[in-house]
Amino acid sequence: MINHQSAKQTEAVIKTENVNVYYGNFLAVAGIYLDIAKNQVTAFIGPSGCGKSTLLRCYNRLNDLIPSFKLQGAITYHNQNLYAPEIDPVQVRRRIGMVFQRPNPFPKSIYENIAFGARINGYQGDMDELVEKSLRQAALWDEVKDKLRQSGLALSGGQQQRLCIARTVAIQPDVVLMDEPCSALDPISTLKVEELIHQLKENYTIIIVTHNMQQASRVADYTAFFNVRTTEKGDRQGYLVEYDRTEKIFQNPKEEATQQYVSGRFG
Amino acid sequence: MTSLSDSSKIIKPRPVNERYLDNVFKWTAQIFALTIALVLIWITVQVAIAAVPAIKQFGLNFLFQSSWNPVKSEYGVWPAIYGTIVSSFIALLIAVPIGIGVALFLSEDYLPPSIQRIFVFLVELLAAIPSVVYGLWGIFVLIPFLKNFTPLKGPGMLPAALILALMVLPVIAAISRDAITNVPESLRQAAVGLGATRWEAILQIMLPAASSGIIGGVMLALGRALGETMAVTMLIGNSNKVSLSIFAPSNTISSLLTNQFAEASGMQVSALMYAALILFAITLVVNILAQVLVKRLQKI
Repeated sequence: MINHQSAKQTEAVIKTENVNVYYGNFLAVAGIYLDIAKNQVTAFIGPSGCGKSTLLRCYNRLNDLIPSFKLQGAITYHNQNLYAPEIDPVQVRRRIGMVFQRPNPFPKSIYENIAFGARINGYQGDMDELVEKSLRQAALWDEVKDKLRQSGLALSGGQQQRLCIARTVAIQPDVVLMDEPCSALDPISTLKVEELIHQLKENYTIIIVTHNMQQASRVADYTAFFNVRTTEKGDRQGYLVEYDRTEKIFQNPKEEATQQYVSGRFG
Repeated sequence: MTSLSDSSKIIKPRPVNERYLDNVFKWTAQIFALTIALVLIWITVQVAIAAVPAIKQFGLNFLFQSSWNPVKSEYGVWPAIYGTIVSSFIALLIAVPIGIGVALFLSEDYLPPSIQRIFVFLVELLAAIPSVVYGLWGIFVLIPFLKNFTPLKGPGMLPAALILALMVLPVIAAISRDAITNVPESLRQAAVGLGATRWEAILQIMLPAASSGIIGGVMLALGRALGETMAVTMLIGNSNKVSLSIFAPSNTISSLLTNQFAEASGMQVSALMYAALILFAITLVVNILAQVLVKRLQKI
């Protein structure tokens, strides 16, 4: 098996086994083997078009929204194949939450932004308590505690993104996927979100896609480097080059391409 | 500092005639815009002036009187106001749920895009049917059909309201569809990413986010229903009586105007103008309410 590097030290929550992603007949991401370690932060890095976001969206079946999407191979979560026919994607997304590239709070109050997910997931407990707890986990409580009834859209970009993180942790998922969560944020907000990621690691398994290599080296325990190649037919195809502990990837990678990418020589 | 000739300056000065043209354009646009406002004011003032004799004679009683008798010079528009509001209300009651349903169906991915486009076009085509055609269809098809299984004897409130519903349906469906498709896809993804089903995402996120647009569409539809003349006049029966039965003939302000203006003279003309002013006021209030509602919803 090529590129099969597992997170050896800790238990794997998600296993990616020979995954091919197609859009129609176009093979967009090819032959991925990759295991995600529990309660660790795994970063996906690589140039644009390398399929890192596409792969990320496979983990909570968000690509199902794209009609031409097709997946070959298996993604197992606690040894259950997420793409088995009997699996309800809605249930998958309740266990594996997502934070998007651009902050996308609902046009509702801050309180309702968090309560919505909890409510549709059948949360029976004290909603006020959950809202406070989630906002505290997202390091946003002190900034918004006096304006919970105001619109989530009135917050700054960085606050909105932390609201989106709070909204995701409120459904008490097991894994949190983050798709370039800081790319639309200023440096201070970015720092806050990164601190947050460090704290969230205690309770959650995190996979983060990032374009920012410093960010990957700051937050991630493991890093996967993806690259893009052009096939004979002229299609651009993403593939996994190397996956290892972050310090290994950044200081002593096995592959030449990884070395060049992390040192900023291409990409 | 030495002065440079125009041709040697790096940044060329703006030609004088261009500045002149700019001003001409600005003034033309302003005149056009002003004309619209003036025409509106002019119509209102003229109608109001013509209504003055009736306003002086009948005062506010005009609104609550039920008799319309040019021979005795007794005028009251209560039945027409009642008919206008009730027919529009019934029409919206039918058209709003169907219209939003159609909008949802045509904004989700239930149909292949090519077929969906045809359906969208067909719905919009409903709005292109002239209202006199709707009226004719109502008389020769809808009323005989309704007679089969309702106590309806001929023209009446029900067929008029049904035709109104059909006429405003494309307005509601088209505007609601625009509003729903304009909701950023990222909101749907956010909802679905939190474990929402398709319906939870639609009902709790997409529709509320589109609500200001949908309400705008409904209000536009209401405005159209309140003022619709030809089809309603052909179908409502033009009876100046207030009847609680939807199977009985009724009247609307616009039908009253259409039926009476040809033979009207003297005080009758003034009374009709007064009625027109009331219709204008009703639609104005509806539009203002719509603006307020939409503004309030957009704040959230």
